[in-house]
Amino acid sequence: MTAVTTDTPVRLTDSTKLRAWAEAVAIPVGALLVSALIFSLFLLLLGKSPVDYFQLLWRGGFGTSFSIQNTLQRAAPLILCGLAFAIPAQIGLTMIGAEGALVLGGFSAAAIAVPLVSGGVPSILTMPLMALAAMAVGGAWIGIVGWLRHARGVNETISSLLMTYIAIAIMNFFVEGALRDPGSANKPSTMPIGEDYMVGSIPGTDIHWGLAAGIVLAIALQVLMTRTTFGFGARVTGGNPRAALAQGLPVGTLVVACTAIAGACAGLAGYYEVAAIHGQANASLVAGYGFTGILVSFLARHNPVVVVPVAIMFGSIAASGGLIQRRMDMPDATALVLQGIIFVVLLTSETLYGRFAIFQPRTGTERT
Amino acid sequence: MSDGILATILISMLGGAIRVSTPFMFVALGETLTEKSGRINLGLEGNLVLGAMVAYAVSYHTGNPWLGVLAAGVSGVFLGSMHGLICSLPRVNDIAVGIAMMSFGTGVAFFFGKPYIQPSAPRLEALPLGGWSDNAGLRQALDINPLFFVGILVALVMWWAFANSRWGLIVRMTGDSEPAARAMGVQPYQVRIASTAIGGFLAGVGGAFLSLSYPGSWNEGLSSGQGLMAVALVIFARWNPLRCIVAALLFGAAGAIGPALQSVGISQGYYFFNAAPYILTLFIMIASARSSSSAREAPGELSITK
Amino acid sequence: MANYGVSRRTLLKAGAAGLASTALPLGAMRSAQAADVILGAVYVGPRDDFGWNQAHAVAMDILKGVPNVEVIEEENVPETDAVAKSMESMINLDGANLILATSFGYYNPFVVDLAKKYPDVQFRHAAPLWNADTDPKNAGSYFCYLNQAHYVDGVAAGLSTTTNKIGFVAAKPIPTVLSNINSVLLGARSVNPEATVQVIFTGEWSMPVREAEAANALADAGCDVLTCHVDGPKVVIETAEARGVKSCGHNASQAPLAPKGFITGAEYKWETIYTMYADLLAAGEELPNFVAGGYHNDMVRNTPYGAGATPEAIKAADAAIEALKAEEPIYVGPLKDNKGNVVIDKTYDNYDPTLDGMNYLLEGVSGSIT
Repeated sequence: MTAVTTDTPVRLTDSTKLRAWAEAVAIPVGALLVSALIFSLFLLLLGKSPVDYFQLLWRGGFGTSFSIQNTLQRAAPLILCGLAFAIPAQIGLTMIGAEGALVLGGFSAAAIAVPLVSGGVPSILTMPLMALAAMAVGGAWIGIVGWLRHARGVNETISSLLMTYIAIAIMNFFVEGALRDPGSANKPSTMPIGEDYMVGSIPGTDIHWGLAAGIVLAIALQVLMTRTTFGFGARVTGGNPRAALAQGLPVGTLVVACTAIAGACAGLAGYYEVAAIHGQANASLVAGYGFTGILVSFLARHNPVVVVPVAIMFGSIAASGGLIQRRMDMPDATALVLQGIIFVVLLTSETLYGRFAIFQPRTGTERT
Repeated sequence: MSDGILATILISMLGGAIRVSTPFMFVALGETLTEKSGRINLGLEGNLVLGAMVAYAVSYHTGNPWLGVLAAGVSGVFLGSMHGLICSLPRVNDIAVGIAMMSFGTGVAFFFGKPYIQPSAPRLEALPLGGWSDNAGLRQALDINPLFFVGILVALVMWWAFANSRWGLIVRMTGDSEPAARAMGVQPYQVRIASTAIGGFLAGVGGAFLSLSYPGSWNEGLSSGQGLMAVALVIFARWNPLRCIVAALLFGAAGAIGPALQSVGISQGYYFFNAAPYILTLFIMIASARSSSSAREAPGELSITK
Repeated sequence: MANYGVSRRTLLKAGAAGLASTALPLGAMRSAQAADVILGAVYVGPRDDFGWNQAHAVAMDILKGVPNVEVIEEENVPETDAVAKSMESMINLDGANLILATSFGYYNPFVVDLAKKYPDVQFRHAAPLWNADTDPKNAGSYFCYLNQAHYVDGVAAGLSTTTNKIGFVAAKPIPTVLSNINSVLLGARSVNPEATVQVIFTGEWSMPVREAEAANALADAGCDVLTCHVDGPKVVIETAEARGVKSCGHNASQAPLAPKGFITGAEYKWETIYTMYADLLAAGEELPNFVAGGYHNDMVRNTPYGAGATPEAIKAADAAIEALKAEEPIYVGPLKDNKGNVVIDKTYDNYDPTLDGMNYLLEGVSGSIT
């Protein structure tokens, strides 16, 4: 082994990297094909045409410029919620409360906007303040989960789930009570923030800026987790908390920081739901993005950058679901079944890594 | 607060505890078994929903609700063994597969459940144990479904078996240390697949309770996350079957607080009353959880506590 | 043109019936290109939920029968940008030129924004929210004032209760729901001055376990007639029957669910509106911006009386229906809310927009909206 690296260091690294990449692409693609096959069988059994189905899936998800924008817009909150699961996962936590942070973050943004907007504070100041409020509240909310885990040993999975329900109750309480816009008759909501304070679309598209924010954050967090001492410490802790403690790593700080970052990501997703879509906070913030984010993260193997394409895949299934319902007379649950099959097969395919000789470093051949 | 109002609330909480707790109980017991063997199946929500649909459909077609319960259990075995088999492959993450199974199970249930939303299927008969009381509320609270007692029986059997039986020992050992189990000649994967399948069966039966007893009909909003919550309650109950019962009863009773308070005219802040089970559980956890004690009771092979 | 539409639909039906399996090409799928009007219907829940969505979906069949109209439907569309994207997808990918959006939360901002963006597409939304001054002219509202049928429920319930306590399981404290609760009270009080209404809010449109708990709690508290306003009332009605108390339905007929205790129920008659739409579309005419109504123009009805209705309750309820058909007002002022403030200063017409903003429970209703 050592001999090889000294002989042909450059070529080997390149080839190994290439093979690793090929493996990382070929296995998921293969898994997607297998899922498609299984789902086709399901459709055939029901007397529906798989060809039609996948044509419509393509047309609704990517086939037209509208479809692509539809897919990307739906992917935006999923990227942020995927990140909200991925970062705690890197430090070894199963934190499933992104939904609550999203709801509270969005609500806080809308709540802080009420005095700012009525006070005439310019949008250039109000908008970042709203985003900050969303991230701070979301971060604090999930940060508590991390702190409880570290300081009191409270299991983060159950506490984050419980806190999600509590977050939704808090939002509903204020939205239907003290902070209700009297004009929001049949849909209790906070005061509308107003057109001037809304986040616009990415120029030339109908996609709101949350998508760009998600992609930028994904890259930034990838750098943070792979290229910095912080990220290194977090991943060591995730691998073996006792060893991390023994090495003198500030485990508590790392845990709270990772959960707070996660909460901030979900809170930001809530901000965009309020500031780019609804224009106010109401019960529609509870849309399940936080829970879908868990699966996004798992399929991306908690890799921040990979969260982006996986979220887009989810977006395309959602975007085409309606078209398939309308054209093929199939219930909306069809998309759920397809999603379920894809998840199961993709996760099963994890076992194939390292099994195919073609993707492994060719140490033997290089040597000769 | 007058005595009458207090009595109404207490009776409602008693009734709520008995009515609402059963599905939590079954799912939590199923999950306890699975987790004791060293696996986590986060997807029991899928079993619960699919079980509810299958039970309702079978009861509707055969006219026999107990056949429905059995069929729900079988559907749970199907999902459970799928989880168990897939997770036996190296490098496959059990938590992730669980979430995927949740999506798959609910999807299948919704897809095939459409025709059963409207019809009325025969339901499980409750045992009227409150005949001695004049209080209508109390009589109703003591109209108890047999599955409630089945659940308690299962818990007692599991509690006894974990401590005293060969099977219980094998499951616990597999969950605590894979190498030790192998050294004893036990095949850890077989034990885990069986535990997940049986756990899936119990969760499916919990679903049957939802559709055939309380609230007693099939629709897509029927579970709304009860399966997920029940899985979380296992950690709360620290993998002890008897404590699962207590946790489920507590959760059911807390869930009755909101409607009960409103029924006597106290309704300001009902969102918080309705969230009472979650708030209460969180506070009990914060108050009681210490890393040392919960770590001592957790199965050693469990990825969630590693 | 019309003939072509019909033959085309026959083919589509064959496809939908499952005869078309794998062999049929893409062109044989539902495709709306042949019709003059492509109508996209959006539902917030499953089309067969035995409640709100089903009431719409069943009535939608009338529009499916119009030769030059093709109906495309999408269910379980949440009130997020998903609904905006669904409607836009109908417009862009299916060529829809008329959208019926059937859930409250779809209107603002989604329907309003899309109506501005697609001025050639007509939008109609099922709630009295369209404002002639501020909202786009290609948008509009249609609505049935169900509270009139709930008033009739109240009359029958008021004569059925012996404890003078009527239980009401409600989803959320929004004006439409509050108006139904208040109407039940006023109906009951019109025949039984001692009657009260006890309300429990579940906080969710569909949450079966909590609805069952609420129904049980109301029965425990002594209510001997239960009614509700949630998306799918099945659970409440079945629980009432199991508890041996009487019940009044909501949204659709629940009479078969409670063979012993069912009195009557409040039902929308969307088919009246959809039939009118169908006639206009068949004649190639434009749809009105605002349609609303109740008993006087056949837009609501009460479920045929069940075994729980006594002869005197039936008699009083029938009389109440006749009065409503004659547009006699329900809200006869002055009326106080349950905190003692006068909230209705004078007598209001049943369709007065002031009532659309109702945010109080009347004196006699026990419950709080916050």
